[in-house]
Amino acid sequence: MKYIDEYRNPELVRELLEQIRRTVSRPWVIMEICGGQTHSILKNGIDQMLPKEIELVHGPGCPVCVTPLELIDQAIAIAKKENVIFTSFGDMLRVPGSHSDLFQARSEGADVRMVYSPLEALNLARQHPDKEVVFFAVGFETTAPGNAMAVFQAHKEGLKNFSELVSHVLVPPAMEALLQSPQNRVNAYLAAGHVCAVMGWWEYEPIAEKYKVPIVPTGFEPVDILKGILAAVRQLEKGEHFVENQYGRAVTRDGNKAAQEIVNRVFEVIDRKWRGIGTIPKSGLKLRKEFRDYDAALKFSVGDLQTEEPAICISGLILQGLKKPNECPAFGKQCTPRTPLGATMVSSEGACAAYYRYHRFKTE
Amino acid sequence: MCLAIPGKVIEIYEEGGLKMGKIDYSGTVNKACLAYVPEVQIGQYVIVHAGFAIQLLNEQEAEEVFETFDDVTDKLAQEGYTIENEPLSRKRKENS
Ligand code: SF4
Repeated sequence: MKYIDEYRNPELVRELLEQIRRTVSRPWVIMEICGGQTHSILKNGIDQMLPKEIELVHGPGCPVCVTPLELIDQAIAIAKKENVIFTSFGDMLRVPGSHSDLFQARSEGADVRMVYSPLEALNLARQHPDKEVVFFAVGFETTAPGNAMAVFQAHKEGLKNFSELVSHVLVPPAMEALLQSPQNRVNAYLAAGHVCAVMGWWEYEPIAEKYKVPIVPTGFEPVDILKGILAAVRQLEKGEHFVENQYGRAVTRDGNKAAQEIVNRVFEVIDRKWRGIGTIPKSGLKLRKEFRDYDAALKFSVGDLQTEEPAICISGLILQGLKKPNECPAFGKQCTPRTPLGATMVSSEGACAAYYRYHRFKTE
Repeated sequence: MCLAIPGKVIEIYEEGGLKMGKIDYSGTVNKACLAYVPEVQIGQYVIVHAGFAIQLLNEQEAEEVFETFDDVTDKLAQEGYTIENEPLSRKRKENS
């Protein structure tokens, strides 16, 4: 595929690895934020090809993994209501809540449907005026413009039977929260390329400056990731710290203004709980007052649900880069992708699932 | 979840009051909302996530990566590394 295959070129990969080897002189910890990057790193064996000085730790950038358990329980409660068509991206359907998941709700008779775009959910609402269509609006900044547009359009058309259960999270506040932690080990970040495609990279400049960390927006193919690591290592070795874009084909400093505008019209920033990590100030989005008729949590008043995480699961520490999946006592034993205990094992972009799938079994 | 892939816009139309397009991903064609890339023209590449084009792909930047690598390849060759294949951007130009 054009603009993909060439970024998998083995020759370039070899050249980049050679450059990295020549540049690095000391140990560095680099965190890739995005779960898509984590997946690509493990799939392509990048973690095993890098010189031993470079340790990659895996960040909290998987929306499926950080969606709080309560929200999953709320989603299931709404899906089970009469007259509701509950729609969601496919990767949310298997995430376990406290007691079950959306797939199970479907097998018990709930009308749960997988959609590829929030506009499909909107179409369902137009086609079924007698039903309530709810969309599970989960994701980072990449997904927010689409989810905002669906609400914006529904509002414009006066569509009354469409709503969203919103659990949006924002990446820069989480990156900052990790750096503030006394246990922080991260020396540099690879920023999430598609979050930056929407938001640009200007938000990262004060973070790079304040915490003296190089931040390198990059993509998802092996060449992108290695270019990102090389840029980060160069800065680290020189004692520099600035935002250095390595995903020029998709990312500009300002990002996509048209998308940001609709997101800001429809959503406002709030404190948000991240599964496994806790509440991070100003790290989420909720619907503005003007659009509250489209808020499924209000419409169906499923309120506060009490939830419990399995005690053995250390996914919170993994999402903060403090532990690796194979250090979890349940990893590969009680917890596998078929019987996941935590969200990082459910989502294919979760670090636990990626370690399992690509056989990173041994603890070092 | 933030997966987004590049595809070529082959048709532009309107649906439900929104600018939409047919996107060709090397043979597989799917529709996407183009409201966030209002300036897009047929034949250009966009990056699509969950049914929305989130950015126009900067084709010049995409090519430049390979120009840079030609330099690297040349330098490595000068330093005695064996480079088995033709530099990539030259090869790309021949193919296109
Ligand atoms: S292996 Fe399973 S139980 Fe352990 S941290 Fe990962 S998701 Fe949690």
